[in-house]
Amino acid sequence: MLRNAASRRLIGTAVIAALGAGVVTPVVAAEREILNSSYDIARELFAAINPEFIEWWQQEHGEEVAIKQSHGGSSAQARAIIQGLRADVVTYNQVTDVQALADEGLVAEDWQNQFENNASPYYSTTAFLVRKGNPKGIESWDDLAREDIELVFPNPKTSGNGRYTYLAAWSFADNAFDGDEEKIKNFMRTFLRNVVVFDTGGRGATTSFIERGMGDVLISFESEVNNIRGEYGSEDYEVVVPPVSILAEFPVAVVEPNAERNGNADLARGYLDYLYTEEAQRLLAGFNYRVHDETVVEEFSDEFPETELLRVEDYFGSWNEAMETHFGGGGMLDQLQRR
Amino acid sequence: MITLAQMTGSTPKRVLPGFGLSLGISLTFVSLVLLLPMTSLVGQLSGLSLAEYWAIITEGRVVASYVVTVGAAAVAALVNAAFGLLMAWVLVRYEFPGKRLLDALMDLPFALPTAVAGITLATLYSSNGWMGQLLAPTGLQVAYTWVGIALAMAFTSIPFVVRTVQPILEDMPVQVDEAALTLGASDGTAFRRVILPHLWPALVTGTGLAFVRSLGEFGAIIFIAGNTPYETEITSLMIFVKLQEYDYVGASAIASVVLATSLVLLLAINLWQGRFIKRLHGGKG
Repeated sequence: MLRNAASRRLIGTAVIAALGAGVVTPVVAAEREILNSSYDIARELFAAINPEFIEWWQQEHGEEVAIKQSHGGSSAQARAIIQGLRADVVTYNQVTDVQALADEGLVAEDWQNQFENNASPYYSTTAFLVRKGNPKGIESWDDLAREDIELVFPNPKTSGNGRYTYLAAWSFADNAFDGDEEKIKNFMRTFLRNVVVFDTGGRGATTSFIERGMGDVLISFESEVNNIRGEYGSEDYEVVVPPVSILAEFPVAVVEPNAERNGNADLARGYLDYLYTEEAQRLLAGFNYRVHDETVVEEFSDEFPETELLRVEDYFGSWNEAMETHFGGGGMLDQLQRR
Repeated sequence: MITLAQMTGSTPKRVLPGFGLSLGISLTFVSLVLLLPMTSLVGQLSGLSLAEYWAIITEGRVVASYVVTVGAAAVAALVNAAFGLLMAWVLVRYEFPGKRLLDALMDLPFALPTAVAGITLATLYSSNGWMGQLLAPTGLQVAYTWVGIALAMAFTSIPFVVRTVQPILEDMPVQVDEAALTLGASDGTAFRRVILPHLWPALVTGTGLAFVRSLGEFGAIIFIAGNTPYETEITSLMIFVKLQEYDYVGASAIASVVLATSLVLLLAINLWQGRFIKRLHGGKG
């Protein structure tokens, strides 16, 4: 009996492993192919972009190519590349994960200058999803530190999405209290105490808010809250974009040693360049990401309210400093949550 | 007992080829899948001084996670001991329609991805779920509290108790109960003095395995725990957090605590069981 059970468990594990790897191979046979290592919730996005790129490359260079995708939490994805996964390009939702690759010499040291806009072809910010009619009257960050509010957002310790939320609240408080650290900390303590569930990732937080009915406000990427409202019905939820929030960049980079070894250096670069074309930017805007192309920005101006977007670098020095002082072991987040 | 070999006076014939070869293959396999990863885990720690190691594993939030994990695992293991025993009893001693199905269901927690179990439990027990709504008037909140953690642990580890007790119970004929009853024992006495002592080693082993399994569980718990610092964070989450920070050494340090605890417990169970069996067979193993 036990042996039987153990073998069943093995099969279960194998299935999970297969699912977890999440590598999707297109059916088209091609000469060259590149592997794009990307973040978890970008599956639908690149499923839409890749066929367009393949067609574009065919027209420009007369060559048939293929794109393989790998999706997962972007820190885990970066770790996989450090440990030897031969991805040619990365398209992540956290600057720190590309930086981790740069620290290992896997992407260029000046990777942020290799492509326009800090190598971030599209961007987003942190926004709120509230229940129908906005019963608690939530407009901006100071409402989130009220006593009667319950919050849902992913754990900043495990999720880049959660880190953006934390940093957005902090920089808001920094502005509001003129840099008075004690007042900022008090604000942050109340803000963090209002969290009813700390899920490990963005999709988990969405589930807690939508399916389990937890909390008054879900804080997540603007793109994500818009997608949720689209999916679950605009009559049940409302999107609130606060007047001030944080700039969330979605950095891209060529993993140079891999791309060169795979003979894909030009193709990898071409793929990332393509993300800046008007065509690709329109696709990105369709997925509720903010983009840089002026024609597209004009077309979608109704979708994205004007918001003052604060830069992490301006408030925290650099991402590495923010990570160290706020999210590292014994850092500010740990201190604020200490009982 | 006299074996065939002793009777014929020749060396015993065995199905598997030579002792040396089979032991060699087993040891190689064990080294590859078990010892090598463990060694590398311990190797990660070599960069730490004892003081640094101690600081990591005794950090307040990590210690709080030990309390939550061990407490919930203990509750889950005890609940499983009681209900797993009952379940095994029902499956062995009674005939009823659907028995095969129930028997097969017992293995389900092994086969089901634990994350699926966690999400399902959270759906059921959250304040708008079926069970959550039923329990709401009693004031018992399961999802996002340590009760939910214990529930998820109980779910993933119940097969350990059922599957270790079941074969022992199958080997024990009904006549044993009947003999006890005809000799004048009451139902309770028969169970306590005759049946339970026989099942005891299997029950303790199963419960111990269930406990150890719960210490390391992650997927099922994370969705129902709520993960509030100091209240409902489990040790596996602390390890996961360290990995997210690219702090492999810190993750290995905390993992080593879980590993050492599990190893000591498993070893203790094995030793105790060995002694128990020795006593049962009057000195022969």
